[in-house]
Amino acid sequence: MNANLSAGQSSTRKVKDRLFQALCIGAIIFSLGALAGLLLDVVISGLPSLSWHFFTNFASRFPEKAGIKAAIYGTLWMMSLTASFCIPIGIATAIYLEEYAGDSRLARIIKLNIANLAGVPSIVYGFLGLAIFVRMLQFDRSVLSGALTMALLVMPIVIVSAQEAIRAVPLSLREGSYALGATRWQTTRRVVLPAAVSGIATGVILALSRAIGETAPLIMIGALTFIAFVPDGPMAPFTALPIQIFNWISRPQAGFHDIAAAAVLVLLLFIFIMNAAASILRHRYDRRWQD
Amino acid sequence: MTEDSRAVEISNVANVTMHGGAHAWRRRRESVIYALLVLLSLIPILTTFGIIYVLFSQAFAFFMEVPIMEFLMGTKWSPLLIPRSFGVLPLLVGTLLVTVAGMFIAVPVGLGSAIFLSEYASPRARRWLKPLIEILAGIPTVVYGYLALLFITPIIRSIFPQANAFNALSAAIAVGIMIVPMIASLSEDALAAVPSSLREAAYALGANKYEVITKVVVPTASSGIAASFVLGISRAIGETMIVTLAAGATPNLTLNPLESIQTVTAFIVQISLGETPWGSLAYKTIFATGALLFVLTMLMNLLAVRITKSKGRF
Repeated sequence: MNANLSAGQSSTRKVKDRLFQALCIGAIIFSLGALAGLLLDVVISGLPSLSWHFFTNFASRFPEKAGIKAAIYGTLWMMSLTASFCIPIGIATAIYLEEYAGDSRLARIIKLNIANLAGVPSIVYGFLGLAIFVRMLQFDRSVLSGALTMALLVMPIVIVSAQEAIRAVPLSLREGSYALGATRWQTTRRVVLPAAVSGIATGVILALSRAIGETAPLIMIGALTFIAFVPDGPMAPFTALPIQIFNWISRPQAGFHDIAAAAVLVLLLFIFIMNAAASILRHRYDRRWQD
Repeated sequence: MTEDSRAVEISNVANVTMHGGAHAWRRRRESVIYALLVLLSLIPILTTFGIIYVLFSQAFAFFMEVPIMEFLMGTKWSPLLIPRSFGVLPLLVGTLLVTVAGMFIAVPVGLGSAIFLSEYASPRARRWLKPLIEILAGIPTVVYGYLALLFITPIIRSIFPQANAFNALSAAIAVGIMIVPMIASLSEDALAAVPSSLREAAYALGANKYEVITKVVVPTASSGIAASFVLGISRAIGETMIVTLAAGATPNLTLNPLESIQTVTAFIVQISLGETPWGSLAYKTIFATGALLFVLTMLMNLLAVRITKSKGRF
């Protein structure tokens, strides 16, 4: 009786054990299946539309004539301006927090703000961009407004990764520099930053790969969806790849859905290249201080 | 501070051999750079205050025209068509419907993936799987919107022919998939932080893997796992492009996921796509809903911080 019971118990235990493992494997297969399904669908619907004309044509009322020239230029303009705002500010903040501030009250407040900003939904930055950059400073619906908004949006990513990279530089390097009579800034500029550069670059690339796909804040600041020219400066109105994709998906005609898929392919390609570059850099940087 | 004074001391020693002019110049440059660094570091603080000021000043102007109780308790949302009505509940219920339904996918799939990565996968499998999950996390939400409207919705409508062309379910599924990598990676961190001595003790008592995971590892990591769920909810509430593309633009007070609804974020996008003259009531309305969105996500983020702090980590 007892032997039977325990045998029964041990077989249900075994079944539960196996079942649970199967469920966990199922979960990971579901995650990866979603990724595979998405990519497959985008490739099948989008690849036939990826022609040379697709890159050299402007948006059009006819899907077969429409292209992403304005969107590509707008995205490149915005990304370069975003980078030129968020790199210096992000690195300066990280340097201040790690090399100068110590555990001061101001540093704690800044850190708290950065942590909170990282959790703010991206559309909320759109309100900030609309009220401050578009209306108050009268930059209008320009590349500049978009880039400033995006720079604030991805700033926490740049700061936190630059902080980590700076913190990973061994103290002995700084002490060596001080022993040679260097000042704090000389040490930071000539010893700490060069040693942390690949880690900082990784963070910057990841931040930009987030910015390149953000759509909601751009809609809020009023990036246009139909533009038949290339921006000629930071004050020009513009469109961007995710905005163009959004516009094409939300049209009823199937022809636009296919070119939306083609534009998604281009956007994902940009993002994958950036992520690959970041992971190569991170790999190099992880090994740096191990010898 | 000690490091600071030491550096000053060292540079003083070094400067004995230097002439005074170079020394003064160097000192001045140091303090200019320090001031510049402090100034740039204030930008995150300014950003936070900017967001709060912009949202709440316009929201305040909105509540001068619309009573706050009508906004929070009203059940009809029709801010543009006369007779106007500013009850935000339909939008709020729309957001909650998508969030809750999305979490039904994100929680089991995310936690299951985390358990697989942390407890079952070989180090080699983990090295391959984690970057793939990261790719999923890096896909822009407008692409998930594409997935929802053009991939998931047709499947739903073939199963439920009565489903609307825009429906909450399709958006919720895409939102769920979007949040999976976040929950998976945060929960995996929490599971990996559980010391292996606890697992070994449980094995020594005769427990099998299922029992070790469900009775020892997951309960020990529960605060980190719970925090990942709350952060997932916060992401779902603030998610914009998926719900704008797939869930529709009809502020319905309904819990039926097959109907077209509108979320708080989708309403903001709908108004932003049109012309909204500065200072008009429509303009103030999106700021009031934006303030509501900001408060909701901030509450979730604070809750996540509190949960993480509530239990000591190992």
